[in-house]
Amino acid sequence: MTSAQKTRAAQPAAGRRGGSPPESAAGRPPAGRRRRTAALTPWLFLAAPLTLLVMFTYIPVADMIGYSLTDWDGISPTRSYVGGENYTDLVTRPARFEVFLVSGFYLAASFVQIALALYFATVLSFNTRFRNLFKGLLFFPYLINGVAVGFVFLYFFQPDGTLDTLLRLFGVEGEHLWLGDPDLANPSLAGVSVWRFMGLNMVLFLGAIQSIPPHLYEAAALDGANRWQQFRHIIVPGIKPVISLSFILAVSGSLAVFEIPYIMTGGANGTETFVIQTVKLAFQFDKVGLASASAVVLLILIVLITWVQRRLIPEERVELS
Amino acid sequence: MRRKWVVLVAATMVAATACSGQSEGERGEVAAPPSDPAKVSGEITVLTNRTDQISDGTLKKYADEFGKVYPRVKVKFEGLTDYEGETKIRMNTENYGDVLLIPNSLSIEQYPNFFAPLGEAGELSKKFDYTDHATVDGKVYGLSNIGVANGFVYNKAVWAKAGITDWPATPEEFVADLETIKSKTDAVPYYTNYKDGWPLTNWTNGIGSPECDPGAYDSLATTEKPWSEGSDLYAIDKLLYTIVDRELAEPDPTTTNWEDSKSQIGTGKVASMWLGSWAISQTRAAAEAAGENPDDLGFMPFPGQKDGKFCSVLRPDYQYAVNTHSDKKAAARAWIDWYITKSGQSAAEGSISSVKGAPLPDTLEAFSDNDVTLIPQHQRNKAEIDGIDKASEIGITSQQYRQKLVDVARGAADGDMDSYFAELNGKWAEARQTLGG
Repeated sequence: MTSAQKTRAAQPAAGRRGGSPPESAAGRPPAGRRRRTAALTPWLFLAAPLTLLVMFTYIPVADMIGYSLTDWDGISPTRSYVGGENYTDLVTRPARFEVFLVSGFYLAASFVQIALALYFATVLSFNTRFRNLFKGLLFFPYLINGVAVGFVFLYFFQPDGTLDTLLRLFGVEGEHLWLGDPDLANPSLAGVSVWRFMGLNMVLFLGAIQSIPPHLYEAAALDGANRWQQFRHIIVPGIKPVISLSFILAVSGSLAVFEIPYIMTGGANGTETFVIQTVKLAFQFDKVGLASASAVVLLILIVLITWVQRRLIPEERVELS
Repeated sequence: MRRKWVVLVAATMVAATACSGQSEGERGEVAAPPSDPAKVSGEITVLTNRTDQISDGTLKKYADEFGKVYPRVKVKFEGLTDYEGETKIRMNTENYGDVLLIPNSLSIEQYPNFFAPLGEAGELSKKFDYTDHATVDGKVYGLSNIGVANGFVYNKAVWAKAGITDWPATPEEFVADLETIKSKTDAVPYYTNYKDGWPLTNWTNGIGSPECDPGAYDSLATTEKPWSEGSDLYAIDKLLYTIVDRELAEPDPTTTNWEDSKSQIGTGKVASMWLGSWAISQTRAAAEAAGENPDDLGFMPFPGQKDGKFCSVLRPDYQYAVNTHSDKKAAARAWIDWYITKSGQSAAEGSISSVKGAPLPDTLEAFSDNDVTLIPQHQRNKAEIDGIDKASEIGITSQQYRQKLVDVARGAADGDMDSYFAELNGKWAEARQTLGG
């Protein structure tokens, strides 16, 4: 209870102790005003987050849409309105959308990521030894700053670096150019992304799995169901909404990959993603207008894909009892 | 749902009107040098990228010296680690110090919007070098304190081990020398620093060296196809391409590390790198830290000769400018002039002073001994070239296109040198056309 609520709750009580037993109407605040304050209270609580949300999300987005209709270079005090020219430039140059092919690697990786996360969440939801330790270990990468992750993996991927040394222990010889070989660069980067975000998926799944009543497993075990059957027929249907949410996040996430490739390769060697391209347009080639338009296009794309996904996989309530 | 759209549209319109409502930035008065030091007063803020000199007190010492001449001016420094990024964002406000370094990515035609003119070009160019790099409509907006020569930092011991003592005089000779180094020593003949990227952009600063032509950069504005045989960009990029193509560079360019490369060249694991003359003292320091002989590191010009003489281009380092919104312009200008001409900063760091007629520093002794011609790189058409460069999205001063060049050369991207140069030429020509060049 917050202090505001406490004071209000305390007021009538204090009045009752000192005042006459039949409460006079004059001693209490008028009913109308009280109702108004009561109606206002939730808005007062909402004021802080709403202000922050509007100030740091909606106004910048509105600004961005405004910039996308101009030829602003990001620094000049003047800018002129060019209408839809930036959007025409974007759609008439298919080369600008080729970078989405790179997103395919991350999309494929996110399926691996979800599968792994499901596996670990299931295993750790049973009575595994040291399960809390493993939960911590698997979730830990998500807590590390993205820049640090990038630098760590730069050393990891160096020729004759950590990964090559590890592989040699298992008898795989030779130096690999994990980031240098154009066929390996994107899978390597996508691998880093799996390592980093798998823990988050796992925690989401784990939370959902824990809300499944344990007597279901007991009943299933009595009926002779093994672990795989329990997973297939109890856990998967039980956490379906979370799984489908993960897929939606995976698709929009893989379209907007930025941090890992930007830090590790800067988009060189065929690892440029749409967001890196946008950043380069804005800050290297002074085309903030065009870059804003790309950002708007990305936003629309993601909204569209999410909407299609929601239509294809309708939300359903899961009854667990 | 519908109401949300109304709100969004309304917000968009507000944003759009806010954009068009802005007016032209005010133009500042001339930041003239004060005639009487005792009369200038006030506290000025100097933005700098030399955070190292703030922490070791070097800048404080200069400020104290300055205080003896200008007793009523107080100088405060503000160090920025990500100088380029932070300054450019701050320049959207009026609060970006009194004295600052002009960010590299700012195009020259913007200078009058942000900086106070320092004086007429005709007058200032008599006293300082490189004023044409910051001249707009006959007025100078920035002065640099030092100049930088370009060339290869090389490990003499490694080159000597391969039996090479003379500087190569043609790009072919240079490549042949690197091949000898590869076969006779364990060193990596050339290190691209591809990952960090900016060392690749330094190749552009060599424009002018191959043909020994101070106007080579300016001619980019009038060239339809800058990557054609005979041009400087062609010669420079072809050399880089050949080095990588013949596998004379490091095996995995994507995981290079600049800090690491300094000690690698210091200890002879790397034989050469294309850098500015400022890097000589840094690599020597790295060699010393690794217990090697710092004198092993030398500096050689671009492999090209005109009339039997080598040629190296000089370009300015960061230029100092005065904020056009500053109300202490006289004090700010006093600091710039004092810092460049009186502080002794350039000599202390072994750099080339930008004051006309100043002698070459010790680090470039080999240049004076071998009679290397030092030429300026004129940038009279910089505004136009910047415009074409940004419109074409090539970025001759950014790393992207040369990283691609290295990728093509090592077989990691499709095409060969000719097809890539043709692509670049196409983009350049198209951008020139759209801009009406």
